[in-house]
Amino acid sequence: MSIAPSGYRLEPAKVRSQFFRLLPISLFVVAFGIAFGLAAVQKGLAPLEATLMSVLVFAGASQFAAVDMWGPAVSVLPLMAVVFAINSRHILMGASLYPMLREMPPLQRYGILLVLTDANWAVSAQDYQNGRRNLEVILGGGFVLWLAWLIGTLLGVYFGGLLQEPRSLGLDMVLGCFLLSMALGGRKTPRVLVAWFVAGSASMAAYWWLPAHTHVVVGALAGGLVGFFWLEEAGP
Amino acid sequence: MNIETTTPGILLIIAIMTLVTLVTRFGGVFLMSFVTINPRVEGFINAMASSVLIAILAPLAFDGDVGARLALGTTAMIMLATRKPLPAIAAGILAAALGRYLI
Repeated sequence: MSIAPSGYRLEPAKVRSQFFRLLPISLFVVAFGIAFGLAAVQKGLAPLEATLMSVLVFAGASQFAAVDMWGPAVSVLPLMAVVFAINSRHILMGASLYPMLREMPPLQRYGILLVLTDANWAVSAQDYQNGRRNLEVILGGGFVLWLAWLIGTLLGVYFGGLLQEPRSLGLDMVLGCFLLSMALGGRKTPRVLVAWFVAGSASMAAYWWLPAHTHVVVGALAGGLVGFFWLEEAGP
Repeated sequence: MNIETTTPGILLIIAIMTLVTLVTRFGGVFLMSFVTINPRVEGFINAMASSVLIAILAPLAFDGDVGARLALGTTAMIMLATRKPLPAIAAGILAAALGRYLI
């Protein structure tokens, strides 16, 4: 490989500022964490087991799905398949950061990916589209999201009864609204709009007719093909 | 293969979930290190990046309940009008809560 690694250096001050940038959305992540903690103890996980899962796995949707499969025993292959399918969007997210990440030493590169998740990735991707390189939000923003997920789970396993119905407060829509606002905040060229249309259609087709949890990857890859065949004019 | 949900079993399940998730977090970057970046690949990556969000949101919008649709619609309108995420998200959540309460 011939790429000179040295191009991207994380700025500590910017990591801190990105921590605070994602602090508001993290407060909502606490609410999700509470809902997860509650669901986990209701299914029979011990409080510390549920918390350990949040600390190590740090991928909410797949944790909810795993807890849904809970019983006296859990069959391993279906569990792995579901967790992989739900989290496979990380593969695409990581790949999309590669043009920036390749300029980092490998240890840092994989280190900050430990806290890669939807919200901090969406911010980084939007900044990149608008011409700003921001890996600091992956680290700083990821850390505050991880803290929130941990704190929320802890609150949920011990005091989950306080937030029995997050849906009725609209809290299940927080991440959806956040991701939508990030998508709409990016550039909207004809090329992007066509990619969105293709991605949305493919996602729905997969959602209806393909195995569960495949729609994100199918839709995103279909949208990506638009960019592969429809090249941007030279110059931004 | 089944794992019993006793304490050691649960720890093993958590370890397996952690590993699988780690593979997804690292996998994309690892695979990309074998790919030569050219304008087409870059075009693919960039279009894919914005498409991920749409692919996540599409079922929420088309198959969600009234609250979900109200939330996304409200967020979209306010975001397009003001370009400020926080008010757009807050209004979207409020719309979901109100919609579910009233309808």
